[in-house]
Amino acid sequence: MTMAANLARRLIGNRSTQILGAVNSSSGAATSVARAFCSSTTPITATLFPGDGIGPEIAESVKKVFTTAGVPIEWEEHYVGTEIDPRTQSFLTWESLESVRRNKVGLKGPMATPIGKGHRSLNLTLRKELNLYANVRPCYSLPGYKTRYDDVDLITIRENTEGEYSGLEHQVVRGVVESLKIITRQASLRVAEYAFLYAKTHGRERVSAIHKANIMQKTDGLFLKCCREVAEKYPEITYEEVVIDNCCMMLVKNPALFDVLVMPNLYGDIISDLCAGLVGGLGLTPSCNIGEDGVALAEAVHGSAPDIAGKNLANPTALLLSGVMMLRHLKLNEQAEQIHSAIINTIAEGKYRTADLGGSSTTTEFTKAICDHL
Amino acid sequence: MSRRSLTLLKNLARNANGSGFQTRSVTYMPRPGDGAPRAVTLIPGDGIGPLVTNAVEQVMEAMHAPVFFEKYDVHGEMSRVPAEVMESIRKNKVCLKGGLKTPVGGGVSSLNVQLRKELDLFASLVNCFNLPGLPTRHENVDIVVIRENTEGEYAGLEHEVVPGVVESLKVITKFCSERIAKYAFEYAYLNNRKKVTAVHKANIMKLADGLFLESCREVAKKYPSITYNEIIVDNCCMQLVAKPEQFDVMVTPNLYGNLVANTAAGIAGGTGVMPGGNVGADHAVFEQGASAGNVGKDKIVLENKANPVALLLSSAMMLRHLQFPSFADRLETAVKKVIAEGKCRTKDLGGTSTTQEVVDAVIAKLD
Repeated sequence: MTMAANLARRLIGNRSTQILGAVNSSSGAATSVARAFCSSTTPITATLFPGDGIGPEIAESVKKVFTTAGVPIEWEEHYVGTEIDPRTQSFLTWESLESVRRNKVGLKGPMATPIGKGHRSLNLTLRKELNLYANVRPCYSLPGYKTRYDDVDLITIRENTEGEYSGLEHQVVRGVVESLKIITRQASLRVAEYAFLYAKTHGRERVSAIHKANIMQKTDGLFLKCCREVAEKYPEITYEEVVIDNCCMMLVKNPALFDVLVMPNLYGDIISDLCAGLVGGLGLTPSCNIGEDGVALAEAVHGSAPDIAGKNLANPTALLLSGVMMLRHLKLNEQAEQIHSAIINTIAEGKYRTADLGGSSTTTEFTKAICDHL
Repeated sequence: MSRRSLTLLKNLARNANGSGFQTRSVTYMPRPGDGAPRAVTLIPGDGIGPLVTNAVEQVMEAMHAPVFFEKYDVHGEMSRVPAEVMESIRKNKVCLKGGLKTPVGGGVSSLNVQLRKELDLFASLVNCFNLPGLPTRHENVDIVVIRENTEGEYAGLEHEVVPGVVESLKVITKFCSERIAKYAFEYAYLNNRKKVTAVHKANIMKLADGLFLESCREVAKKYPSITYNEIIVDNCCMQLVAKPEQFDVMVTPNLYGNLVANTAAGIAGGTGVMPGGNVGADHAVFEQGASAGNVGKDKIVLENKANPVALLLSSAMMLRHLQFPSFADRLETAVKKVIAEGKCRTKDLGGTSTTQEVVDAVIAKLD
């Protein structure tokens, strides 16, 4: 319902905010997104979390590339605090979260969760507070960066709120532990809707639901039922169901068989990391979290690499590609395509590559090469 | 004296110019009467099952192996495994089976799982390795995945809380985790394996997988010569596709074991060639290693193009389990030679042979 309202708002344009009324709290962001659709000169505000370790360097990279490409985005930077904010029970401040809620889009660098007790992990905080229900990770082989797999082009969409990661465990008696896996109709429908919508808007032909319903008949059975219901609304998209062990095997033998994958939480975690491994690792993988009310938080899923922090050696590709995903979400497709091609061409050329890709360029050289390609 | 040295020289010559496959003399000294034929329960199963089990029967016949099969018809649609089959397995203690098809989303619980629970086959073992002559994207793969087979996510305890909300219980007990860890380390010790890796997701499921890890760590202390480490399951899958040579023996709870075994099988050549089995304290059931789609597609059944290699290698494992190492070696060598030659391969390995052609080739290569 909220997603439909979002789409309607963007399609109708400026007037929509008066017609539809305030479906969500701030209409400012709605008008700004709608305005972006109409005219590309008014800047959109987006939240930026540079993160820790190599985060600030790669965030700089992103800012430079975006400015060179003429992307109308104004960044609102927020840093992870050094003290626990009692309002959020974590190191992320209330202002940061409010900023994302207001702007509706954000880009997040790697955050190192400080070890210790008494606070929620940063990722968990973001996920719960912003109700980020779907994690979208496109995995495609980068031409010019050779891995064992050359023809990977798939997207994994993972349900991000429930499933095995509900965190509900308890000890029944000594030596016996139970962990609950929860599947609800609402969450499954939500993620299935998003998966099919994504497939449609990005011109994808097939959606595969990954499950283990032959063993977990009721839980994964419910997930499949919801996927089937949504599939009926999109007759032009082929829908299939694949058992997860079969899926793992097919992915490592022939990843070209898959297009869009939609899965519950645990399987999604494993499969999306497997796919990232197929194309070259987490250092090259973009990712975007979709929340209720049209919130999109793109993030780089790699670690903060404290050992190379500040040395101008980091690879900004993951964060840049995540930024591209964010632009596509904002419907700034032209600039997204421009930046995407620039990145692909730079890596394909092979002259400027950072250390992790086997080259010797610094972050700034790599960024400059991308800007030159624009 | 001279006659013996002649035989020795002949052996040496054979080894020197052979295709690299050693035909070692067996120093296994049997007890009198060990050569009596053993009964093994055979369950052909569904789909490609009958094809591949028939292949095993033919090869055993050709080798004059001291096993005879008691065949029983079991199909995936049955609600329970028939009592007479269970009786037979309990009597013989060893069973060889093709796949049993599990209906998806139906009300019937998987017969494969039922068999494992009733016979308490708590360890499932899959050996994933590169076969010489079979090109794959990854080299130097030799992984044994030992998976807890009775509890975890496969406990089958699900219920609907309210309409639209379903819960599934994942149960981990110290008892089961300990015995699978003990089996894994014992396997590594007896097979000269150097490293055992525990696969888990204890950063999220702290109590459940935490208990599993605790048991593994305790057992690891008793085997100081074996390296032990732990890896999170999503990282594990990523490492498997990037650098599989770092893994040796992996011990996992039920669900992760399924995924890891199938991924490892996929990178090493596919489920058509990986042997495996399920073993418990008293019984052992051998079947195709990785279980992905183990009943195969209908087209393969119709065209008789199923790959019998996996089940043949599993039956070699079975022969060793029954303490007939010489027959096991002969069978394995013959199969590996056929694969290395590359002339007779089924569709999943990139060839066009039928099952029967592969079987004939294996029988021809038996010495």
